[in-house]
Amino acid sequence: MKEYTEKIRETAKSLLKEGKVDIFIGYRKGTVPMMNEPFAVSDPDKTDLLYWDSNCGMNLCNYLTKRTDRIGIIANGCNSRNIVTHIIENQIKREQLYILGIPCTGMIDPRAVRRAVKYREITDVEESNGRVIVKGDGFEETFEKKDVLQKNCAECLHRNPVIYDELVAEKVPEQEGIETFRDVKKIEAMGSDERWGFFTRMISSCIRCYACRNACPLCYCTTCFVDEAQPQWVGKSNDPTDTMTFHILRAFHCAGRCTDCGACERACPMGINVRQFTKKLNKDALELFSWEAGMREDRRPPMDVYKVDDYNDFIR
Amino acid sequence: MNEWQPKITTFLCNWCSYGAADLAGVSRFQYPPFFRIIRVPCSARISPKFILAAFRHGSDGVWISGCHPGDCHYLEGNYYARRKFAMLKGLLEHIGIEPGRLNFSWISSAEATKFAETAKIVADQVKALGPARYFIKKRAEVA
Repeated sequence: MKEYTEKIRETAKSLLKEGKVDIFIGYRKGTVPMMNEPFAVSDPDKTDLLYWDSNCGMNLCNYLTKRTDRIGIIANGCNSRNIVTHIIENQIKREQLYILGIPCTGMIDPRAVRRAVKYREITDVEESNGRVIVKGDGFEETFEKKDVLQKNCAECLHRNPVIYDELVAEKVPEQEGIETFRDVKKIEAMGSDERWGFFTRMISSCIRCYACRNACPLCYCTTCFVDEAQPQWVGKSNDPTDTMTFHILRAFHCAGRCTDCGACERACPMGINVRQFTKKLNKDALELFSWEAGMREDRRPPMDVYKVDDYNDFIR
Repeated sequence: MNEWQPKITTFLCNWCSYGAADLAGVSRFQYPPFFRIIRVPCSARISPKFILAAFRHGSDGVWISGCHPGDCHYLEGNYYARRKFAMLKGLLEHIGIEPGRLNFSWISSAEATKFAETAKIVADQVKALGPARYFIKKRAEVA
């Protein structure tokens, strides 16, 4: 990971010095372990603050909308797909971007690490050769990275960026033999009652903080549906029905657009698996419209086009 | 009448299915009386928010009907609507709304018989499922 960081710093510095970009967006080390934060730098002398390791789970594409300047940005597989989504949704122009592609081997799930060390206080997390070394007061434990990966990373099929100007390193091999929609299929095997029970239990702890929405690069509407009044389609209370309405609509707004970057789930303070909603829509988009979000710049998103012979069996 | 009667919120496209409902009435066809019809300009006008609101306010079923593909008054509205509904139906049923509660159909303004027949099928399905158990807001609505 050290080579990645050095290469990112170097590239950012030269881009800013040569005036090719006005701002460079990346990550820097957070104040607490396993929480790297988004970082935008415009001063070439401050690029040494940029940092990369497996704790960069926030999606940087949140910072690309409504911009008119030239931006340098780092992008791993899912982030690059979000950039493509932004481009086809006319949120940013390709010419404005200098994309430094990062072949990614997945992000660490802080919750999994904390659970693995039995919730003792962690002071430092290091990473080397596919292993994660967790240090704390009076203990040091080593885990295989694959055991503490974020769930979406463990089932990721596009680790390499799909769009880039330069890569920081050689492409990594894509994961093979993974069942991406295992969770969805598990739920599909249940009956209606069981499903309803599963989802109501899952969101019962939701506090409606909208962190999942804020972390999501797809959510860039000027007025979000949850903030609408007159008519107010989503109640603002934490009534279970209102909460469910929020989750259904939030997911539905991501239909055919979600790249499964996992930022929503990572941002959730209550640890709700909000990806369960979007994952189903991803599966349907793939099965009904052969569409995976963010893979191609020359195709319109599925909800923006139609075919005369689209799936019609559910209509009488 | 002691028998339970479902409430079915029905969204009908102004140009086709609403006309079919009208024609069914004028032609004195018999069909179940459980439908609360809302006239919309096009099936594409129907937002998922409407459907969720209908369930939230206590509908036992929702039925949406528009023009046949290719016959949209606005040329392509129902094609877009079809994609939207396909995804929405999949998601809602995934979450636990029973299949049968959310119904879709294409009915032209001349198909009064199809309207009456579909109404019977939808009514029977919703009746068989019984009163809606999920996704009803129990607390009083605060304005």
